[in-house]
Amino acid sequence: MCAEHDSLPTPSSSRRSFLFKLGLGLNVVAATLVGIPVIGYILGPLRRRTAQAWIKLGPLQSFPEGQTRLATYENPFRVAWDGATADIPCWVRRIEGERFQVFAINCAHLGCPVRWFAQSRLFMCPCHGGVYYEDGSRASGPPPRALFEYEYQVRDGHLWVRGGQIPTLSEPA
Amino acid sequence: MMRMLRSIGDWFERRTGLAAALAVPMGHRVPRSTASWAYVFGSATLILFVMQIVTGLCLALVYVPAADQAYESLEYLNYQAVLGWYLRAVHFWGSNTMVLVMTLHMIQVFLWGAHKYPRELTWIAGVLLFLCTLGMAFTGQILRWDQDAYWGLGIGTSIIARVPYAGSALVHALLGGPIIAGRTLSRFFTLHVFVIPGLLIGLVGLHLWLVLRLGINEWPMPGRLVDRETYRKSYEEEVAKSGVPFFPVAARKDMVGMGVVVLAVLVCAAIFGPYGPNGVPNPTIIDTVPKPDFYFLALYSLFALLPPWTETAVLLIGLPLAIVFLLVVPFLAGTGEKSWRRRPVAVLGVLLILLTVVTLALLGLTVPWSPIMDAWSGASTPAAYVKGRTPLELQGALTLQNKQCRNCHSLGGEGGRRGPALDDVATRLTRDQLVRQVLQGGGNMPAYGKNLTPAEVTALVAFMQTLRPANQQPARTATVPATSAR
Repeated sequence: MCAEHDSLPTPSSSRRSFLFKLGLGLNVVAATLVGIPVIGYILGPLRRRTAQAWIKLGPLQSFPEGQTRLATYENPFRVAWDGATADIPCWVRRIEGERFQVFAINCAHLGCPVRWFAQSRLFMCPCHGGVYYEDGSRASGPPPRALFEYEYQVRDGHLWVRGGQIPTLSEPA
Repeated sequence: MMRMLRSIGDWFERRTGLAAALAVPMGHRVPRSTASWAYVFGSATLILFVMQIVTGLCLALVYVPAADQAYESLEYLNYQAVLGWYLRAVHFWGSNTMVLVMTLHMIQVFLWGAHKYPRELTWIAGVLLFLCTLGMAFTGQILRWDQDAYWGLGIGTSIIARVPYAGSALVHALLGGPIIAGRTLSRFFTLHVFVIPGLLIGLVGLHLWLVLRLGINEWPMPGRLVDRETYRKSYEEEVAKSGVPFFPVAARKDMVGMGVVVLAVLVCAAIFGPYGPNGVPNPTIIDTVPKPDFYFLALYSLFALLPPWTETAVLLIGLPLAIVFLLVVPFLAGTGEKSWRRRPVAVLGVLLILLTVVTLALLGLTVPWSPIMDAWSGASTPAAYVKGRTPLELQGALTLQNKQCRNCHSLGGEGGRRGPALDDVATRLTRDQLVRQVLQGGGNMPAYGKNLTPAEVTALVAFMQTLRPANQQPARTATVPATSAR
């Protein structure tokens, strides 16, 4: 009976080819509908939201004039499971009065944490030997530019910075 | 007892037919010359991969891929979980050994001409396996979620941020957000445990299928050229005439090789134990000197030694080109001589790459370009350099210490090596040159003009003028006659 069925001419072979095309089409539609949210989900973090916010760094008294000190802020976009990685360090240089420079901790070369040496008034990087002067400008070594600087403002006796993203050559703080 | 086991075995075999199916590939005939010690590295890599899967599965039973608890779960594995320390150690030493043995395999097949016709695709699958394995190495290093992992990510981020236009989008894709945080670790966990292992398993399947289908590369003979017209026929003739069954004739040495590498890993793991985690991943602890695991040390050194203006080009163009070059090797020289005895360019190329990578990696261990951050406070001034000196010179010795000069310059072998050692600086620079160098810097030295008082400079230079061996003349300018030099 099957053989007989198979040998029948046009009407049923067009039905078979319709079924085949229907199956193909349904699966293409299904794959697309699955694929769109998957790709959207994976690329989610790429969506350009503001990755920066104003953060209170501390009262002005904690930054003596003429000194450079390490300060820490909490990542404004933290999630509950960030743990210690939500605490971001930065170097605060109070030049005088309300004139500041707030440097990112990351070396402009490859992002390692730079250290401040108050005696020689230099920042040194432990990775590839980049050195910066106290105003953040490049002194020597491989860095292609000065230290990254955060925008800052003084409000209600506190120092605020605009942070929340890792500063890089393509997106300086 | 044996009869019962056999009858159970037969029961399964009648239903699955697996033994009969496996007997075909296991017993397939291979050229007698391939039953060689030189051919054992591929199977050794495979068994290490299997061991990585087994130990990795075990570690995943305990490891918490969350940024706030990953470190603690590793400490738990190290100190509390029964044999947790040992499985971590086996996974670590297994990964190092896998990269090493895989590299040996790659060098061997290249020198033996196995990438040539008709095995081009086998080579390409192998290169992809190599890249995936390095991907596993990098992501695995991140899962250790310690200071090295955190700042290693910082380095990776800084590298991909250099891509023009797409840089910041790539950073967000890599980190799962604008900054290294909880979502970053989850991403790397997914890559390390699901995505890349899946790719590896698929590629291993393809690689093995191609080896079975195209045959193991025969031992190359100088003068026996590969020709697209005749190669396959002559290979088949050789196998038909003098071939041996892969199992057990060729597999015997493979089995010994597999056993040796696995035992070596187990012994290393038992003696040296697990590696890390090194320091909590708290970015506010900045007294850290991040360093990659050994497979990336060469790259790490390269960044320090390249002229800065070439860095971005080397990273973004050079590295992808190197990978493309590896992939197209079989198309650049896919026929002709197979024996390394008649391929001087291939041999020299391998030696050049090996020497470069090993030299860079060794430099990466000693990091002569990095300031030693605690040398100024930790390294003492040799007593001989302060004996019988004037108060001014002694004050200069203090200045040299206090102004962190020692971080880059050594005295008596202690201190940084970024700048030249100062033990005999007075034989190289005159007083005026010393003053100029201190004030204006130059070469790789920052200018200290703004950071030293004139009195400090005077004292520092006075001290440095005493730094020369007793039997050597101080430096002098060509315009001043020797007699009038101080």
